[in-house]
Formats: sequence, structure tokens, C-alpha cells
Amino acid sequence: MIAAVVSLATLGLFLGLVLGIAAKRLQVEGNPLVAELEALLPGSQCGQCGFPGCTGAAQALADGAAPITLCPPGGKDLVVALAAKLGVEADLSGVKENVPSVAEVKEEICIGCTRCYKVCPTDAIMGAAKNIHVVFREACTACGKCVDVCPTEALALRPIPVTLQSWYWPKPALEAA
Amino acid sequence: MSFLSRFKFRGGVHPEGRKDLSADMPVRVPTLPECLFVSLQQHIGAPASPVIQVGDKVSKGQRIAASQGAVSAPVHAPTSGRIIAIGDYPAPHPSGLPVPTITIESDGEDRWMDIASPGDPFAFSAEEVAARVGAAGIVGLGGAAFPAAVKLNVSRRGGVTTLIMNGGECEPYLTCDDRLMRDRAPEVILGIRLISHAVGAREVLVGIEDNKPEAIAAMTAAAQGSEVKVLAVPAMYPMGSEKQLIQALTGKEVPAGGRAADIGMLVHNVGTAYAVAQSLNLGRPLVSRLVTVSGGAVAAPGNLEVLIGTPAQALFETCGGFKDTPARLVMGGPMMGQQFTNPLVPVIKGTSGVLALTAAEIGQPQPAPCIRCSTCVRACPVGLLPLEMAAHIRTGDLGGAVDLGLKDCIACGSCSYVCPAHIPLVHYFNYAKGDLAAKERAKLKQDATKKLAEERTARMERIAREREEAAKARAAKKAAQEAAKKAAAEAAAREKAEKEQSGKEQAEAL
Repeated sequence: MIAAVVSLATLGLFLGLVLGIAAKRLQVEGNPLVAELEALLPGSQCGQCGFPGCTGAAQALADGAAPITLCPPGGKDLVVALAAKLGVEADLSGVKENVPSVAEVKEEICIGCTRCYKVCPTDAIMGAAKNIHVVFREACTACGKCVDVCPTEALALRPIPVTLQSWYWPKPALEAA
Repeated sequence: MSFLSRFKFRGGVHPEGRKDLSADMPVRVPTLPECLFVSLQQHIGAPASPVIQVGDKVSKGQRIAASQGAVSAPVHAPTSGRIIAIGDYPAPHPSGLPVPTITIESDGEDRWMDIASPGDPFAFSAEEVAARVGAAGIVGLGGAAFPAAVKLNVSRRGGVTTLIMNGGECEPYLTCDDRLMRDRAPEVILGIRLISHAVGAREVLVGIEDNKPEAIAAMTAAAQGSEVKVLAVPAMYPMGSEKQLIQALTGKEVPAGGRAADIGMLVHNVGTAYAVAQSLNLGRPLVSRLVTVSGGAVAAPGNLEVLIGTPAQALFETCGGFKDTPARLVMGGPMMGQQFTNPLVPVIKGTSGVLALTAAEIGQPQPAPCIRCSTCVRACPVGLLPLEMAAHIRTGDLGGAVDLGLKDCIACGSCSYVCPAHIPLVHYFNYAKGDLAAKERAKLKQDATKKLAEERTARMERIAREREEAAKARAAKKAAQEAAKKAAAEAAAREKAEKEQSGKEQAEAL
């Protein structure tokens, strides 16, 4: 009887010690899932999801506090990728298919107020006070922040025109069943 | 002496050749069109940039657009005349989208620019040959239109040992390479020897399908006494595909995801060799090419020596117009060519044929469900599973298709050709490749914008920090000043008090 109590107590103490040390030594800084989710997100910190930037959105996704359809610029592809990462079902019914777009300045009505380039998260707009502003297509993520602040509605999102280089055959229509 | 090659590639199909429509027609030259539409994007790579202005007079062969970047090719005036426009014009492409184009109004003289005789082309170093080929605007004339000089330089540096010349011309209807080899074999052989000289090849093989006995005979006779070996290969589609021709001639297979240069091979089209001979021997840039005009709807099919930029309409008119309503217009061959709808699109450097096909020739039966007969698997020259790949793509699983080897698909169309259910298999693969390429581009852009966003965040933080530090410094300075003022005021007050004290003392003393 005593032998059993002593041996079990020793075992318990020993394992407790091992677990205690392991918890200290193998501790993971933060949730690794958050970093992985953040890598999937567009990373332009546009804030359209309502969270402070993509890190906040990734945190919310990892906590289960946000739906996987939270990111408008990501589109369907992102929903599918997030569903695969989080192991949940991807419901694409409410997701709008993204037409690749960029912001464009209507030069006749731009007054050079500089508001748009101050909010652009990717420095895609160049301009100076009382000068017409211009958008760098390559850097624009079509987050729409500039459109919201423009006082003259000179900024609008427009689909990127299809060129000979970017055109490809559409998917064939399903054959008769 | 020609030999029949001993090797084979897997799969392949035997479409009806229909080459007899135009094969025995000697090369004709169409009447000079009023306007030529010279596209600036006639090759793979960056578009050429114009070096002339609207209104300039140009001579035939004068450079009108310079190459831009590492992979590009210059463009030359195909005839003498005046530049009347630089701007968008419909491209010979299924999308019908516009492409930057230089329009030349012909003056009817077709006058060459002054060309200094280049001298003995074999006296040039390998680098010089490649440079001259590049300056002449020569691209792969088999259809892919990859800048030839880039290929020569890469092959020379990569240590290519075998040069293979592609005289396969396996696409039905096309006979322009056949005609070129029959009528101009000595020039083609000269071009082949120059290419071989430029890459330092140890072995030079010319592969010609055995359904062109006249071409084989002419090329063998012209190659007599040189290092060039002419070999007959069995007539089988897609023999004219680079990787399949290598396998048929040497028995070696290009590894999956690899290129011909990986196994020490370089493949060029015989038409390219002719253009090389023209540029190095006569100093003439690439301004024209042989084009087959054929198809059931064409009244008098034939082979034409066409100036680059000639509208397709002019070619049909030279060949007697249409005797039947064309159901489809195609640039290139019927298996891999690009269909077009606007008959005013111009011939570009890669155009080997212009076809007008009747409804009976194209045959568009309704697709039926796949019966898993695996005929497509047997036909695939690369050894893929077209039925499985198409099933994945149909459900949107492009990744699954890539795992099955979608990226090794050469889009030859053999699977679609043999499919008894008429499933547009190669259409699925072209769509999937295009979609994957678009996703790849989007990913690259996302990575770039992510970096920009990070840089901006860092900059904003730095500015905020600097502002804060400046504010702190200012506050500290102000505090110090105030303290100094206070101290001064106190000192003044003390002095005053002392003065008063001393004044009082003095008064008391008085």
C-alpha cells in the first residue's frame, strides 16, 4: 500500500516537473496560426474588414470572431484558401467575384486637395497641393479608401482593361449532360 | 543521302493532311497593298518601341521600331512609303483586341534602303552572327515567334551540341515550309550552317516528314558536302513540335518542365534559317515570309511571299477570293492556329498560314459526356491524362490539373481531335493555363503591394516617433527657458530686495 502511494506520488511529481519545464522551454510566442493567416491576406492594410489592418483581421479569424468572407479585396480565391487553412466549409454564395480594378483620377475634376494620397495604404497615389494627382496602376490594390475621401468624386474604381497579354480563353460551357 | 529516323515519340494523331490543295502551287507575290499594318508586338517578349514619327518617309528594310529589353525584336518597314499612323489596330488574335501598330502608306515603288554588302558571313564571330540576327528582327518563324538572337545566345552559352532544324510542318493544310525547302534549299542550307556556326553545334540534323519527298530530295542535294544531315521522319501530328521532333530524331526526351537546351539541343524552323541567310548574306532584315493561303472556302489556294503587315483580306483576294462562305478564319494551322473574325487583321512574322475553312471542314458537333474510353490518353504525345485534367478543371480544381502535369501540356490539340464525345479538351487546358497565369500575376502584384504597405507603415511610425521626439525636445527647451526666466526673475527680485534692504539700512544709518 505505502509502496503504491509513494511510487504514484513520485511519478506524479516527476511528470508534473517535466510538464512544468516543457511548458516554460517549449512555449510558443503568440499563435502561429495568426502569422499563417496573415500571409494569406492581401496585406495592404486597407481596413475594409473593419479590423485595424490585416494583422487584426488574422487575429480575429484565428479566434473565430470573424467570418472567412471578411476580406472584400481577397475575393473567392481567398475564401477558398482560408477555408482550407482553417478546416471549415467555404460558403461562396455571398462572395462577390472580384473584377481586378484600379483607382483612376478624373483629371478634369481633381482639385489637388492631397486627401487621397494621405490615406492610400500602398503609396499608389502621387500628387501635391493644387496639382492633379495620379494613380500608379501597379501599386493600387483597389481598396477604395481614396474614393471615400475624395471631395469631388474625381476618384473611381475601374476594371483593369484586358490586353493582348492578359487575355485568355474563357472556361468552356458545360457540355450537354 | 537521307535516312529514315529510327526513333518514335508516344501518342500522336493522323489528321487528314489536305496539303495537296496548295503543295504544288509555286510561290506567288501578291500585288502591293495600299496600306501595311505593322504590329509592334509580333514576337514573344516586350513590344518594340517606334523610332519614327507620323509623316516620315521610310525605305523598305528601314528600322521603324527598336527592340526593348532583353527579350524583344526590332521591326522594319516592309515596303517604302510614308508613316500615316502609329496607334492601335486589331491584332490577329482570337480576342480581336487592339495592339500598337505602325501603319505605312505604300508609295508603290517598294524601294529597298541602301544596304552595304556584309561580306563573307562565315568570317563573323558567333557573337556577331547573333547580333546581326537580332538586328534583322528575326524571330522563330514556325509560329511561336521567339526572338531568334536570344535563343542563339542562350544556346551558345549553354553549350548546345546538337542543332535540329524543324522541317516537320505537321499541321494540315500548311505547305509554306515545304515550298521553301523545295524552291530555296541552297539558301535554307546556308542559313542552317550559319546558325550552326553561331552556336558551335557539333551535329546538325534536319527533320522533314516523309510526306514531302520533293523537299527531302532538294534539301539532301543542297546539303551535299556540308555537315548538315537531312533525315526523314514519319508523317505524324505533332511531329513539328520541338520536343516531339527531338525525340523522333535523337531518341532523347526533354524532361518535364524543362527546355530543349537542358539536354543540349537547339531547335529552329527552316523558315528562320532562310531569314538568317537573307540577313547575313544580303543584309536584308525580315520584312516578308512565305504564307500558305488555303482552306475549302478559298477559290485558288496557294503559297504567297507576303510582306509583313499585309491584311489577310488581300491574301484571300490574291487567291481568287472565296468560292464558299467561310465558317471560320484561322491564322496558322487548323490544329493550333488562332482563329480571327476581322479579315483586315495583318500578317505578322509568326503567321505560317491563313485559312478560310467551310462549316463542313470545322465540324462542330455538340459535346457529349466523357465515356472514359481513354482515346485521348493514347493520343497525348506528352503522356498526360487529358480526361482527368479536364474533369479537375471543370470542377474548378486547377491545382489538381497541375498535379497531373497541366504545365507540360503543349496544347497540340491531339486529344480534342480524337475525342469521340467531342469534348473541347484543349480549350479547358488553355483556359486553365491562362487562369493560372493570371493568378500568378495577381500574386506577384500582391507581394509587391504588401511590401509597399509595410514600408508605408514603417514610414508613418518613424514620422510619428520623430514628431513625438521633436515635441519632447521642444517641451524640454521651453521648460529650460522658463526655468531660466524664473531663475532670472528670482535673481532680479532678490537683488531688488537686497537693494531695498541696503537702502533701508542706509536710511536707518542716516
